[in-house]
Amino acid sequence: MRRTSLVRYGTVATAMALLVAGCGSSSSGGGNQGGGEKPKPAQNVFNAGTTGIRNASDHKGGTLNFIADGDCDYWDPARTYYGFCWDMQRLFSRGLMAYNAAPGDSGLNAVPDLATEAGTSPNGKDWTYHLKSGIKFEDGSPVTSKNIKYGIERVFAQSVINGGPTYVITFLCPGPINTSGGCDAYKGPYADKDPNHLGLSTIDTPDDNTIVFHLNKVVGDWNYIMALPASTPVPIAYDQSPKGGAHYTDHPYSTGPYKFDTYTAGKSLTLVRNAMWNQGNDPFRKALPDKIVFTVDANDDDIDQRILTNIADVNISGTGVQPTAQAKILSNPTLKARADNPVTGATRYLAIESKVAPFDNVHCRRAVQYAVSKVDWQTARGGPIGGGQVATSMLNPTVKGFVQFDAYPDDNGNGDIAKAKDELKQCGKPNGFTTHLASQNSGKGTRVATAVQAALKRVGINCIIDLGNAATYYSQFIGAPAVNRAKGRGLLVAGWGADWPTGYGFFSSLIDGRKILPQGNSNYSETNDPKINDMIDQAVAATDPNKAAQIWGEVDKQLMTEDATLVPMTWDKALVINSQNVTNAYIMLSLLGIYDFQALGHV
Amino acid sequence: MIQYIIRRLILVVVLMWVVSMVTFAIFFLIPSATGTSPAVLFAGKAPTPDTIAAVEVKFGLKDSIPVQYGHFVEGIFVGRHFDNGADKSYCPPPCLGFSFVNNQPVWEEIVSDLPVTLSLAAGASIMWLVTGTAVGVLSALKRRTIFDRAAMGLALAGVSLPIYFTGLVLLDLISYKWGILPNVHYVGITDNPLSWARNLLLPWIALTFLYAALYARLTRAGMLETMGEDYIRTARAKGLTERRVITRHALRAALTPIVTIFGLDLGQLLGGAILTEYTFGLIGVGHLSIDAISRQDLPVIMGVTLFAAFFIVFANLVVDVLYAFVDPRVRYS
Repeated sequence: MRRTSLVRYGTVATAMALLVAGCGSSSSGGGNQGGGEKPKPAQNVFNAGTTGIRNASDHKGGTLNFIADGDCDYWDPARTYYGFCWDMQRLFSRGLMAYNAAPGDSGLNAVPDLATEAGTSPNGKDWTYHLKSGIKFEDGSPVTSKNIKYGIERVFAQSVINGGPTYVITFLCPGPINTSGGCDAYKGPYADKDPNHLGLSTIDTPDDNTIVFHLNKVVGDWNYIMALPASTPVPIAYDQSPKGGAHYTDHPYSTGPYKFDTYTAGKSLTLVRNAMWNQGNDPFRKALPDKIVFTVDANDDDIDQRILTNIADVNISGTGVQPTAQAKILSNPTLKARADNPVTGATRYLAIESKVAPFDNVHCRRAVQYAVSKVDWQTARGGPIGGGQVATSMLNPTVKGFVQFDAYPDDNGNGDIAKAKDELKQCGKPNGFTTHLASQNSGKGTRVATAVQAALKRVGINCIIDLGNAATYYSQFIGAPAVNRAKGRGLLVAGWGADWPTGYGFFSSLIDGRKILPQGNSNYSETNDPKINDMIDQAVAATDPNKAAQIWGEVDKQLMTEDATLVPMTWDKALVINSQNVTNAYIMLSLLGIYDFQALGHV
Repeated sequence: MIQYIIRRLILVVVLMWVVSMVTFAIFFLIPSATGTSPAVLFAGKAPTPDTIAAVEVKFGLKDSIPVQYGHFVEGIFVGRHFDNGADKSYCPPPCLGFSFVNNQPVWEEIVSDLPVTLSLAAGASIMWLVTGTAVGVLSALKRRTIFDRAAMGLALAGVSLPIYFTGLVLLDLISYKWGILPNVHYVGITDNPLSWARNLLLPWIALTFLYAALYARLTRAGMLETMGEDYIRTARAKGLTERRVITRHALRAALTPIVTIFGLDLGQLLGGAILTEYTFGLIGVGHLSIDAISRQDLPVIMGVTLFAAFFIVFANLVVDVLYAFVDPRVRYS
């Protein structure tokens, strides 16, 4: 999953970008619809930026001051995994595909960026893209299909270029994927035998404008994977020089409207116009301000104050204002009218480890579904505005195919004690039982665990809270099923957001029974329902993206009603506001509910 | 005197050696005792065993702890090459390790954040030393007047109020509400000295309020005590001016405890003023350490600890040497 600022939460659900295996489909899953729609300007009212454009303007010039409580994990397009950094990449990186620049559902579509049109495939495995002509790097040298191939090859060099999503390794490894998800057959361009460093045999570049991918499986969502930052072209000679490789993050070569001027890691970045960028061959980038200055400020309350007093313009971390500013904004109608409250892509949930007794019995799992208080959880996470919305299903509202339904109707999120007790009886534990509850030891982790503990106590389920360290919580603490079983951890607090906004991006490593890994596992509940596995295969093989979306909706229903292994608690929300200098602001659902930075302008 | 300094320097080295061993042991033994390899923390979000192995080779984490410690100490003096074939990094001396998260030498990170901390500490310490001792002396001389009581009352408040309170009040009033010093952010002293001072003024005032209070009370107490000493009476009897009696004789003796505590405070502040930096959104060594802790960036935590320890130990040495100059009764041999 993509991360919001780690520094801010210290705890954020950093579920891993789990490598996905085994999926089928044909034809374009990403689709290129939605590119032509013109979003409407929005009235200046609360939440206007989630459906329309605030302060729509084409005025060019000025300097936008961006601020956040931490620097990007990496500026290297192949290494970054923070949501807001993917959004920042849109300012200087162009890939084959990109998310459509629009508020609302239309922004969930992948549209061609450097490619002339969305990739096509006769069989779902061989994908062909053609490049637009006249694309240049910031130094004026031409971008060819080889630069895109090289950029993707870099991801294979995990000992140097690590940190980012690794889907391209999974699907493009020329040999078998080893047990740990790595590729032994190709180790990246730094260890390449090919003198041109283009040795990856599964990508062809028949000419400078054509690139063909030969995937080892059918992947219907390939156009979405090509919308991740790693499909950005990289200059080969520069990357092979001492300034490249692990240091490429200090100055990634621009293909977009802005380029790096000065950068001090952990402190500031100045972006200036890139003269080599041509608006004529860019599908959507606005490039309004002349300059963008990003400064790191350690104090979140200070950041809010700067935005409210128009000293800084945009808090790019997108994690929402602090409680002090939230109270101020909500109580002041003028300020409130300037603010947005989007869902930010992550579902917070409780995974029920189905291999830990008595949760091997579905009735005991359903008892938990009824007994939890989602409202208390919501309060622990910061309330309905700053924390999240009560969730009734696992799929997030930001994912294509989301359908609102509630398999366990309860008292407005307070839990249904009678039904929970009834399920406990059917499970053979009328008086309840004791289990371990895993959560993180910092941020909201403890509060959330305490809320669950108190709610379950109402029906006699006693929880012993096991706290894990935030930095390794997902990878090590709950990511090893054998450990969870041995320690009797029946309930695991977790969070998850899709790397790209389709059911496949969201669900595939979460509930696919064939992807339960001994280490670094994301199927925490060890859900292995043949029916779900089957439906996943169908969805991946569906030729029509809308059909696929519909199947993902059904997967969600099957999971909730029959398996009951995951308890959706809240869908994250954030209260966000920009300074009064900012024009052209709207929320991108596909980028974790953050403003589309490339569209922003200065009054 | 020289001999004394040399002896003390040797002690400093020994002390730093012990501190380095203890921090090294804590940060590398404990993860290995609990079964987690530090390599996992380095290897990104979804580390495959391959990546972890590559990291272990690169940083020599497979070696025994004493060998690793040996490499660590060696690195401080001659630098280190981290190399696993595909991925090479060089950490020039003084190499305090290599940051897991930022993939750069810890020393570079500290050095890049040090100007902020140095500026903060230098400006604030001068401010609090001057105001603290001045108020203390005046209070002592004007004992039991309204000035004395008001100053000591204020001092008590200063000691009691935490920096994040005074800091936020200052920010709220001066920066946000009245807009006198808006947009506090660090500007290098070489870039624009005026802007540098202007931007650091609020943190300096906040720190001064906290520290000067203690200095004022100490100076006042010291002054009151020495003013009653026989030699002060002698000095007066010999016909010295009151001004000379106070500055040359009374204050000098009263300064001894001030010097002690000043050295410790300054040393500590140079190791990172975590709360102050956070309150004012400054990115200094304190911020670096907190950031490292939240990301479990072990080498950085270790590096900053050693660095802070060095400042405190060194400040103590300087203080002890200064005694000889401040207090005529102290002579080293």
